[in-house]
Amino acid sequence: MSIQAAPPLEKRRKAPSAAIYEVVVPLFATAAGFLVWEAICQVFSVPAYLVPAPSEILKDTLAIGPTVLGHSLATLKTVLLGFVVSIAISLPLAVLLTASPAIASALYPFLVWTQSIPKVALAPILVVVLGSNELPRIVITVLVAFFPLVISSATGLMSVPPELIELSRACRASKWSELWRIRLPYAIPFIFAGLKVAISLAVVGAVVAEFVNADSGLGFLIVTSTAFFKVPVAFGALIILSVMGVVLFQIVVIVERVFFPWSTGNATTGM
Amino acid sequence: MITLDRVTRIFNSRDGDRITALEDVSLSIRANEFVTLVGPSGCGKSTLLRIVAGLILPTAGTASIGGVAITEPRSETGIVFQAPTLLPWASVMDNVLFPLRMMHRMDSTSTDKAAALLKLVGLAGFEGKSPRELSGGMQQRVAICRALVHEPDILLMDEPFGALDALTREEMTMELLRIWGERPKTVLFVTHSITEAVVLADRVVVISPRPGRIAEIIDVKSPRPRSFHVEGNAEFHEASRRIRALIFGQKHVDTGCAAA
Repeated sequence: MSIQAAPPLEKRRKAPSAAIYEVVVPLFATAAGFLVWEAICQVFSVPAYLVPAPSEILKDTLAIGPTVLGHSLATLKTVLLGFVVSIAISLPLAVLLTASPAIASALYPFLVWTQSIPKVALAPILVVVLGSNELPRIVITVLVAFFPLVISSATGLMSVPPELIELSRACRASKWSELWRIRLPYAIPFIFAGLKVAISLAVVGAVVAEFVNADSGLGFLIVTSTAFFKVPVAFGALIILSVMGVVLFQIVVIVERVFFPWSTGNATTGM
Repeated sequence: MITLDRVTRIFNSRDGDRITALEDVSLSIRANEFVTLVGPSGCGKSTLLRIVAGLILPTAGTASIGGVAITEPRSETGIVFQAPTLLPWASVMDNVLFPLRMMHRMDSTSTDKAAALLKLVGLAGFEGKSPRELSGGMQQRVAICRALVHEPDILLMDEPFGALDALTREEMTMELLRIWGERPKTVLFVTHSITEAVVLADRVVVISPRPGRIAEIIDVKSPRPRSFHVEGNAEFHEASRRIRALIFGQKHVDTGCAAA
């Protein structure tokens, strides 16, 4: 009985210390950072139009709370749509790239080309071409986010040990089941490494798009509020953006841990 | 059972050279015979194995199994590689069942068959474990189960124990002989180890490199069941000495014997 009881105790003792390092310490450090910021602003009387104190940011942002929430949801929508479209484009593209050297050679110039164009410069042109609506924002978000996902997925698909491919051929498996049962699962850790980069970049892409063309969104809020020297609101939007980025990133991490537990311990990605 | 008739295999390397991996190899293997291929690195042993597996085709000559030319992998052949190459996301049981899934041959008895194989290699109770919870030797046992699960009549092994430590290696060699005793099949076994080759085989095929040719085929007459105790036998010594002479040349072996 005592032997059976031992392992859970061991686990219970380990769990809180891990939680302390993963949650409590970062939270305290963040809170301390804000306190230091607040103190500096108060002690040196820094004007709010230069660097507002956290208390002013909170006050001014909450004053237009519902508006800020609307802007946040607009940005979140662009980020998520852009992210989903990036996945929908990148995975098939990665499969194509790894299907044959000829296809890879044909596609790579276009991929590198899309990456070498500065997206900030492209954004106004896209607005003219695609119209002033959600579409150019999503296109820009995708253009910013998809490339690392394609590259890491393609690398993952190519990383399968050659013996495993031989085994699948020896089992007379079709190319399709080789892809589905061996290559794609093998690429999961690489795909998630790409997804983590892509979700962070999607936030960047959405804000870039909103700078150029939008009537809502946090990027739009930053542009309009700084135009009227409402710097605390701009800072508020900035903080919401960074929190959004962190939360979305953590959701990707959690999805990987829950659905592909073998992936996280499998090198290359561990976060 | 397996017949190779004047098989030649030439590879085109990237810089345009033509490399002859195998030249004019003729070999015939009886049903349920245990044949080991031994030779230095790069002598074409693995190429020979892959031709029998149907993974690559001969450039000239013919390879056939039971009179039928090998043009593609056949489903009654099992393969074990040097690395266990288990699927890290699948349990031990799912790894063993993998060939059946790929061949769409799963039925109600499949799981029982896989469990019986795992029991045969001493891994009963490990069905639900993940491969990374297993040691290297245990992983290779799972790979052997995977090669046997579709009840092949031919088992091809490409240095299956090459990555294991010396003690595990001897243990696995004995294990393989026991499995082969219980479930006889035709085995083609590639190895670098002369001892391993002689202990296991009915016949040892010694291959000389560049281009790969059969230097000699040596009958091992030691009685079965065998163990590493046969290392003391005169028969065993004679076979090992002959293989060493073929691989290293006469001079090297003579000095080696004098030193020993």
